[in-house]
This record gives sequence, structure tokens and C-alpha cells, in this order.
Amino acid sequence: MTGPTPRRVDPDVDLRVRGDRGELRAHPAAVLGVVAAGGALGALARAGVQAAFPHRPTGFPWATLGVNVTGCLLIGALMAVVGAGRTRPLTRPFLGVGVLGGFTTFSTYVVDAHQAAVGGAPGTALAYLAATLVAALVAVWVGDAAAGRLLRRAARADAVPPAGDGGRGAR
Amino acid sequence: MTVLLIALGAAVGAPLRYLTDRAVQARHASSFPWGTLVVNVLGSLVLGALVAAPVGPAVRALLATGFCGALTTYSTFGYETLRLARDGAWWWAAANAVTSVLAGLGAASLGYALTRALAG
Repeated sequence: MTGPTPRRVDPDVDLRVRGDRGELRAHPAAVLGVVAAGGALGALARAGVQAAFPHRPTGFPWATLGVNVTGCLLIGALMAVVGAGRTRPLTRPFLGVGVLGGFTTFSTYVVDAHQAAVGGAPGTALAYLAATLVAALVAVWVGDAAAGRLLRRAARADAVPPAGDGGRGAR
Repeated sequence: MTVLLIALGAAVGAPLRYLTDRAVQARHASSFPWGTLVVNVLGSLVLGALVAAPVGPAVRALLATGFCGALTTYSTFGYETLRLARDGAWWWAAANAVTSVLAGLGAASLGYALTRALAG
């Protein structure tokens, strides 16, 4: 392939991105190790939030909604930083695949909605499904936009040459 | 003990998501995130089955909160959907969102029904 690297779609691993393609073969133990460790940390954080804000089977699962929306805000910001090339090779596997992937959950999202519907609260189920989806997508966008703005500001600050040396001097 | 079981389940679930995603992506060249869809639907099937099963809190912590929770992901799903939309692939973004939610719900219902049928 001679063109530019296609833009990443999958933050966990995108085989069209050169770094992602080679990382598992290059450092299998490190990559899988940080994904496992990050996943454990993320899952424990999620369990903590869910234990602090329990809900009835037919109630609105606010805790999981909060977890999923927060995780989406953070992945938007994280991937903006990763995309700017300002991270180490294991940052995305640890924080993106591990911590945020383990923190957020799709299975609990659909199973809670199913339980609410089965328990006689289909309206709650539908509202929960829609509210999470919309809030999560807005959160990714906000995280990406906010981090992008900060990164551009930082890049502009880096680009300003120190007076008198034409920008080549040691800093 | 519960903390250890959740951590253990997640320490298996998260790497399994990564490996499954890689394996699925290696079989197609499109930018549609099939890998994440597969793990999310599989995890929803397993969790749906578990919810209906007469299992204790230890098994629930290990398999439901830990394993299924970490195998599936909302952050990756959300990022992919927004990425597709911002790249102009509006149809694929909408298809990803609708397919993921409907297939996940269907899988959870199927798992739930299977356990209920087996448990009599």
C-alpha cells in the first residue's frame, strides 16, 4: 500500500494501522499483560460504581449509564492524544483496550434493558437504550473535540520559536 | 474475594476481546468494525444466559461482572460509530449502532431463553 495510513476506526486494534498490526508479534506478553491488567482495573472501577448506585430490575440503570458515558468521553480524548503521536506504544493497549474497555460494558447494557422489559417496564428499557446511545456518542465527540483543541494549543505553543535563534536553538 | 474474582474474569475477558477483534479483522478488509460487534454480541449472549442461571455471587462476580463486562465494550463501540460518521460513512455508522443494539438484545434474549429452557 503506497497511500497514507487510513484513519483508525477501531480503537482496540485496527489492522489497517501499521503500529497495531505489528504490536502483538513484537511484544505479545507486554501487550496482552497490560490489556489484562487494565481490564481488571476498569472492571473493578465499574463494579464499584454499580455497587454504590444499585438499581431495581425494572429501574433505570443510572450507574451503568454513567460508566458507559464517562468511558466514551475518555476514549474520545485518549484517541485524540494517541492519534497525535504523543503516547508510548503500550498506552493505547493499557488505557484504551484495557482500562476503558474493561470499565465500559455492552453486555450489561443490553441485559439490563432486557431485564427491565421482561420485568414489565418496556418504556424504561427503551428510554435506557436510547439515552445511553445518544449520550455515549455525544460524549465521544466532546472528548475528541476537547482533547483536539488542547493538543492544537500545545502544538502552537511548541511551534513558536524562541526569540533570536530562528527556532533551532536548544531548549 | 469478590474483588479478586472480578479482576480475574476481566483479566481474561479484555485480552480475549483484543485477540478476537484481531482474528475477525484479519478475515476482512473493510473499515466496518465487525470484531467489536462479534465480541459484544457473544458477551451479551453469555450474560443473558448467566442472568437466568441459578448461580451464586462468586460465579456472578467472575463471569458476569468480570468476564462478560470486560469482554464487551461500550467505549470502543461508541468511538467506532462516531469515527464512521465523521469519516462520512453515515450509513455505516447508523448500521453499526442499530445492528449492535438489536443483535446484542437478541443475543441476550436468546441466552436468557436457552437457560430458562434448560433449567426447565
